[in-house]
Formats: sequence, C-alpha cells, structure tokens
Amino acid sequence: MSSETKQILTTDGIPLEVSLKKAEKKNKIKAFLLVAPLLLFLFITYVFPIGEMFTRSVDDKMITNMLPKTFKAMEKWDGKELPSEEVFASFYSDYKILIENQTQGKLGQRLNKEKNGFNSITKKLMRQIKRNKIDESQSIKEQIMKTHKRWANVEYWQAIKRTAPPYTMAKYLKGMDMYFAADGSIAQVDEDRRIHRILWLRTLEIALFVTIFCFLMGYPIAHLLATLPMKYSNLLMICVLLPFWTSLLVRTASWMILLQTQGVVNDFFVMIGLVADNNRPEMMYNKVGTYVAMTQILLPFMVLPLYSVMKTISPSLMRAGKSLGGTPFIAFWKVYFPLTIPGIGAGCLLVFILAIGYYITPALVGGASGTLISNQIAYHMKTTLDWSFASAMGLMLLSGVLVIYWIYNKLVGVDNIKLG
Amino acid sequence: MALPSYTETRYRIWHYFYIAVCTFVFFFLIAPLFVIFPLSFNAEEFLVFSEGMKKLDPDAFSFRWYHEMVYGTKNPWGLAAKNSFIIAIFATIGSIILGTLAALGLSSRHMPYKGLIMAVLISPMIVPLIISGVAIFFFMAKVGLAATHTGIVMAHIILGTPFVVITVTATLSGFDHSVTRAASSLGSNPVNTFMKITLPLILPGVISGGLFAFVTSFDEVVVVLFLAGLENTTIPVQMWTGLREQLSPTILAVATCLIVLSTLILVTAELLRRRSERLRGINR
Repeated sequence: MSSETKQILTTDGIPLEVSLKKAEKKNKIKAFLLVAPLLLFLFITYVFPIGEMFTRSVDDKMITNMLPKTFKAMEKWDGKELPSEEVFASFYSDYKILIENQTQGKLGQRLNKEKNGFNSITKKLMRQIKRNKIDESQSIKEQIMKTHKRWANVEYWQAIKRTAPPYTMAKYLKGMDMYFAADGSIAQVDEDRRIHRILWLRTLEIALFVTIFCFLMGYPIAHLLATLPMKYSNLLMICVLLPFWTSLLVRTASWMILLQTQGVVNDFFVMIGLVADNNRPEMMYNKVGTYVAMTQILLPFMVLPLYSVMKTISPSLMRAGKSLGGTPFIAFWKVYFPLTIPGIGAGCLLVFILAIGYYITPALVGGASGTLISNQIAYHMKTTLDWSFASAMGLMLLSGVLVIYWIYNKLVGVDNIKLG
Repeated sequence: MALPSYTETRYRIWHYFYIAVCTFVFFFLIAPLFVIFPLSFNAEEFLVFSEGMKKLDPDAFSFRWYHEMVYGTKNPWGLAAKNSFIIAIFATIGSIILGTLAALGLSSRHMPYKGLIMAVLISPMIVPLIISGVAIFFFMAKVGLAATHTGIVMAHIILGTPFVVITVTATLSGFDHSVTRAASSLGSNPVNTFMKITLPLILPGVISGGLFAFVTSFDEVVVVLFLAGLENTTIPVQMWTGLREQLSPTILAVATCLIVLSTLILVTAELLRRRSERLRGINR
C-alpha cells in the first residue's frame, strides 16, 4: 500500500487533516468576529485616546512652528556665547510674522515658562517693532540688544535653543519635581517646592494603608460569612452587598455627615467622655477622613474575593489539623491561612488598584492634606488647563497601575474576577 | 456559632473577641447608610441632628426636603434624573449588546489570544477613572461629541462593558455546549439557536451584567464631569456640586431615594444569581 491511501479522507475526498484545519480556522474567525465589535469600539474610543495622551504629553511643536528660521539659524550656533547676527535677524523676521498674525503673546508665555523674564522683553520688542523703530538696513543684533539688556544675556538665547526639539520630556520631569537646568542637565526643584513628590508618596501611602485596613477588617468577616450556615450568612451578606451597590456619592455624603465637627461620631465621642464638647477633633478635610471613608467604600472589594476562596475550603481540613494535635491557632495558621492566600492576593491587589486612582472621595472629604494624585490631574485639566501636564501625570499613574494589573492578571487572571 | 462545652477559656475569649470584631465591621459597613434616612426628614436646614430630633419631637421631622426635591424652584433634580435615566438605559443596552457578543466569542475554545484580549476588554474597569476621563474627553472633543448625550452614553458603554463581559463569561463557563450542537443537528440556524437556546440559558448572567452596567452609568461622575455641559447634568453630578458647594438636606432626600433604588437592584441581582446557579445545576 502506498502512503497516500493510508491518509484518511472525508466523504468529499479532501484529507481529514486539511478539512479539520479549515474548520478550526473558520471557528477561530467566527469567535474573533464576535469579539471584534467591542474590541474595535474600545480601540477607537479608549485605547487610542490613551495613546494620544502620550503624544500630547511630550508635544512641544507649537514653538518649533513659531520660530522656524531662528531654529534653522541656531543649528550652527555652539550655544556658549551670544549668537551671531544671522540668528538675531532670523528671530526678528520670525517674530515679525507672529506679530502680523497676532500670536506673539503665546510665544512670550511659552518662553517665560522656560526662563522667567521673557514675557516682558518680548512685549517690549513687539512695541518697538510696531512703532517701526527697528531699521532693517542696520545690525538687527545691536538694535534688539538695545531694547532690553536681557537680550544681551546668553542664558535667554540658550533657553530659546532648548525649546527647539518638537518633543520634550519636561512635563514628566515636572511631575517628579525636576526640570531642565540652563545647561540642559536635569536638576531638582527647591526642597520647599517639591509638591508632586509629596503627592505621589501620599497616594502610595494612603493606597497601602487602605489596603491593609481593608484586609484586617475584611478577613474576619469573610471568614464568618464562609463558615456560618447559609440562612445567617445570606442575611449578613446584604451588609456587604448593599454598600457595594449604593452610589459612591451617597456613601461619601454619609461620611461627610458622620465625620463633621458637629457630626454623629463626634457627638458619640463627647457622650462617652472621650473628648470635651468644646474641643471636638477635626476628622474631615484631612487624611483621617480619606482613610475612614475609602476603607468603608473599598471593603466589599476585599470581602468578595476572600469569601469566594474561603467558601471552597472544606471545614474538615481544620478539624483534621486539630485532631492531629494542633491547637486551633496552629491549625488556622498552618492549614487554613495558606489556603486563603489566593483570595488575599486578589483582594489586596484589587483594593490597591482602585485606591491608587481614587478621586471623588478624597476630593470631598480629603481637604488639602488628604488629596491624591488624581485630584492634581483633575486640577490641571480643569483649572490651570495645562492638559499636557495632566496627560503626563496621568500616564505616570497609569504605568504604575498597569504593572499591578499585570501582576494581578498573572496571579489571579482577569477572567477570575468575581462580582457579587 | 455555639462553642462546644470543652472549649478552653482563652479560646472562648478569643472567640468572643472575633465575634465582636465582626460585629464592629458589619456595623462600620452598613451604619453610615442609615444615618441618611432620619436626617433627610430634618425640618431644619442643617445636616446635623437637631435637639428636637434627638428627643424624637414630631415637629422636628418633615417632608420638607422631599417636597423641595420635587417641586423646588430652579431645582436641577428633575432634569438630572431624566438625563441620568436616559443615559443609563442607553448605556446599558449598548453594553449588553457589545459585552454579550464579546463574551460569546471569548468563551469559544477556538478564540485566539484569549488572555490578552480579555485583559484589554476588562481594562476600563481597572484603569483609574480620572485617566479614562481625560482620554475619553480628548476623543469626544475631537469628534465633536463633548457635552452631548451621545458622547456620555458612549463613555458609559466603555465603562459598563467589562461588567457584562465578566458576568456573561462566568455564566457561559458552566454552559453545556452540547445543547447548541443538538439544536444545530436538528436543523436550527445559528441565530435561531442563539435566540431559542443560548440566550434563555445565559439570560440571568446577561441581566445581572446589565444591572452592573446600569449602576456604573447611573453612579458615574468623574467622566461626566469632564464631558457634560449644563444640559447634560446627571444626578451624581448634581450631588457632587451640592456636596462641594451648598450643602442642603435636599441631597439627603435624593440620597435616600438612591439607597432605596440600590436595595431594589441588589435584591434583583441576588435573585438572578440564585436562579442562574439553579439553571446551571450549581448547588451551594
């Protein structure tokens, strides 16, 4: 028999292997087509815009487009001494065009961010040009330097040269309280102005402690829920699920009522004589408020994964541990606790991820000392309108979250997230 | 949790300590919600219990703020409630359709790159809302959908689909695929099989995912704050402004209504979950 006849054929004469592969491929395409609409939708409206945040955060083309001739002329300049007549002349002609288009103000503002004092000298130069005081037939360098002595300072020209590349990492440095110094090296801002580093550390600290508090409070009740008979545990489960389903703002509002100076918690403290009536502690608009409210709000996210793991642990394991001579503590520590570690991992990572990006609750009960990095991002989006800085900070936060998400995916698997 | 009579004293103490801790945590979880009820019937304008309320004086209680919520002059709650419901309903429908289709694809054993795609589809739930808000705002502003209902609905579909994907995938994990094969072998076309066989079986999962999507949209404030104009205000946005600016007990009246709503949703979700487990033959 030849090898060909050995091959199994389907009824229409095609080798079975080929036919199976074809069917497999068809199934693959079918499965993918079902996912495609959502995937496409998310890519267009969500994933690409997040990528766009990156372009926005490093974008510095505005000034590159404003001074094209200047930057071209500056290519030859070594950046050590005052630039040549050619650079001054190119700058003059670029600036004249900006004045004609009435966009010179933006240039002044942008350069002022690079080096203080630019705004006033560009304005002064503009007035001279508008009054036709600059004679183009004579040395423009001399005339520009005459309008203000700062134009003769090489540091200002170095600052212009620094803005030449269309991309900049300056916003990321700013997010870590650093900046490009005059010679292009990276320098730290003064110690008393390092606000962002404090915010990052505080965000980490609050997320970490909220996770620990949630674990310490969530573990006992998850254990109780998993070991109680069904009819009691169902009732108690409502205590976990009702806050979970209730509006975040409602829960934050209730904490604002409880924690205010004349609030219920303080009333209670006064009643049991813990504090004096005229010396009620401030529990809101500071870290305490953020800790308490966030712990209560995120607690269900700790309890639910723990519960679903503990539910699968057979009670006979603890009995076996005890019957083999372990005290209840040892049986718990050596038998029960190790089995709950997957649930602990899932719950802690989930709470930490959610806590690190929290915005609403800290903004309402946090005050100045309890706000997180998210609040700073919102502040730059809405108030200062520095969108590229907000994007840069957002992406720095996102990269941290994605690392934890990756660990979570490795340890727990996203398809194992349990809801309710 | 009665202890056996031979329990040593130190374990007895430990056990009562454990019960006390659990009681405290349950109280910590649920009590804050109950502060809102009595205060929403406050006759005065402050968000604290008045002397009259502490003495249970009937004059200290009133429906004043509920009246204010419904009939108050220049009050934003009517418009906000209307917007919230419209946006949440459309966002839920969109999330259910896209999410269920994706879950069906993901549950197929032929799906390529399952883990990676799942991670992308779930990401809107994990990425901090503020970042989602910024990104979605940039997109909507570029395509001219900022400050429109359509834009907000689309944003909420993004945020709601992960829940539908998760619940429907979970339902499908216990799904017996031989029933759909049986339907096909009896001559049913795929659409018919889906409508008559698959959908009724996974319906509890779809609805509970839909409830999550509804609540997510109904409760969502960060993204709406970026996207909404004055015309698109929603209940959470109004509460946010109220809590930041003029603290009035009207907010507590609204909050009470929201707690009642969430209780209803919780009961529905719980009943659905049990039904789904019964249908799939999981006994717990």
